[in-house]
Amino acid sequence: MEAVNAIEVNHLTKKFNNKIAVDDISFNVKQGEVFGLLGPNGAGKTTTLRMMTTLLKANNGNVKIFGHDSVKEGRLARSMFGLTGQYASVDEDISARENLMIFSRLNGLSRMESKKRTQELLAEFSLLNSADKPLKDFSGGMRRRLDLAVSLITRPALIFLDEPTTGLDPRTRTQMWDTIRKLVKQGSTILLTTQYLDEADQLADRIAVIDHGKLIKIGTPEELKQEIGGTKLNFTIDRYSQINTATKLMTDQLGESINRNDKQLSATLNSIDQLAPLLSTLHEAQITISNLTVQEPSLDDVFMNLTVGKN
Amino acid sequence: MDVQTHRGNLIMNTATMAYRNLLKTIHNPDQFMDVIIQPIMFMLMFGYLFGGAISGNVKSYLPTIVPGILIQTMLSAASGSGSQIREDLDSGVFDRFKSLPMAHIAPLAGQLFADILRLVIATITSLSAGFVMGWRPASGFGWVVVSGLLAIFTGWAISWIFALLGLLAKSAASVQSFSLMIMLTLTFLSNAFIPIKTLSKTMKFIVYMNPITYVITAIRQILSTGSWTHEAWLVLLFGIGIVVVFAPLTVWAYNRNN
Repeated sequence: MEAVNAIEVNHLTKKFNNKIAVDDISFNVKQGEVFGLLGPNGAGKTTTLRMMTTLLKANNGNVKIFGHDSVKEGRLARSMFGLTGQYASVDEDISARENLMIFSRLNGLSRMESKKRTQELLAEFSLLNSADKPLKDFSGGMRRRLDLAVSLITRPALIFLDEPTTGLDPRTRTQMWDTIRKLVKQGSTILLTTQYLDEADQLADRIAVIDHGKLIKIGTPEELKQEIGGTKLNFTIDRYSQINTATKLMTDQLGESINRNDKQLSATLNSIDQLAPLLSTLHEAQITISNLTVQEPSLDDVFMNLTVGKN
Repeated sequence: MDVQTHRGNLIMNTATMAYRNLLKTIHNPDQFMDVIIQPIMFMLMFGYLFGGAISGNVKSYLPTIVPGILIQTMLSAASGSGSQIREDLDSGVFDRFKSLPMAHIAPLAGQLFADILRLVIATITSLSAGFVMGWRPASGFGWVVVSGLLAIFTGWAISWIFALLGLLAKSAASVQSFSLMIMLTLTFLSNAFIPIKTLSKTMKFIVYMNPITYVITAIRQILSTGSWTHEAWLVLLFGIGIVVVFAPLTVWAYNRNN
């Protein structure tokens, strides 16, 4: 028997006053998968996520959470996922322990179960020392950890994370990534939105690239990188007089077009083996170069390539 | 999933939400300042300024003004619920409440039940301020408690109207200014501070159109006669009517925010 998809999104569309925010988006997320929604600010990621989590009604299309329609069986669907919003969705005025207790109770746990679960989560997310301090004194990272802890009270099989690391410093960000990886190991299905390519690359099994409300591309990070293909070569020619010669030599050798930006030349290599002969050709022509970089394709390139000229 | 979840029921969810709001106010006790300072200030100002002009002296003005200020304070405490709800809605934590498998009315009802504490504090402050200034109601302590309870119930019922306003408004600040306008109009265009017999025919008509006039009259009657009057029944029914009409409207507005 084929396992039911964790999420099925069919032709999801949302308009705000005639402006289309989400335009006919469809995709499936398998159980146990980490799925990334990647796109620039205002691309429609959060709107899509809000529709998936029953916070926003779609104008068209539907969402199924483990086979249950998110509108017709809203309450059942809501009991199957945890949500960590983009803005810390915890209570600022009360302590971490009180937050966890209240959300445990609201999730239907008894008082005893709530106490136990609160203690477990405080320990798991290293919040025991600040459990009873007001949230106002919390750092951004602590707040996010608490936020995530609240989403995990019922150990949901599916977790939605809306930009989990936006605004965090690099160290806290890495910690957050570790936490997310731990959840994956425990078998959770995760859908996360992000505007950081490296984050999607690091965490996601599959990525959907969204721009202007449209789904432009879907695939594994490797597939997306292959889409662009090739290794990026970049260097600067020291003397203006040599630029034309250099460009000609490179075009002959690589058979590809060369991009020029003032003194900077860049080209795409089909294979890294092309590099050494090219450099010796330039050397023999007594062309001096500097600032040489050779770059494997990154998701940045994919992203720029897919969304270029559209913003 | 090894955590046992029971489908939360409405009463339990509401109680949890009320507990949450109580915790919030306990962590921020300055939220009570308005319901403490306002009645004392108005009682002193109005009592000593207008007492002589309206009733001959301060002491004989107090039976008029104590119920008036009591209800005015109820109205402003009730309007506080509206802006509080708006602020909460904008804070992001409501997204989480909405995404939980619980009754949709619980966050709103929880807030309004927790606000009863504000109403109680406001009532005690208003009545005590009057007492300190020399107000001695003829009906005795038991009926003072009854009139306080009726005032609290009315204030609570009216807080549902302000909750609806809070949900429909664009921001907490706009709720606040709009509420202040409603509160001032309703209290000054009533018998809260003046005897109706001094008014012109048109003004009398307007004042009798104002439901707050009947609330204040009922409270005054309870305090002066020591009995549950016809007007008291009317006010009680009026309060129940407001809740019956506005609770579903408020829930509708809450769901509509999608």
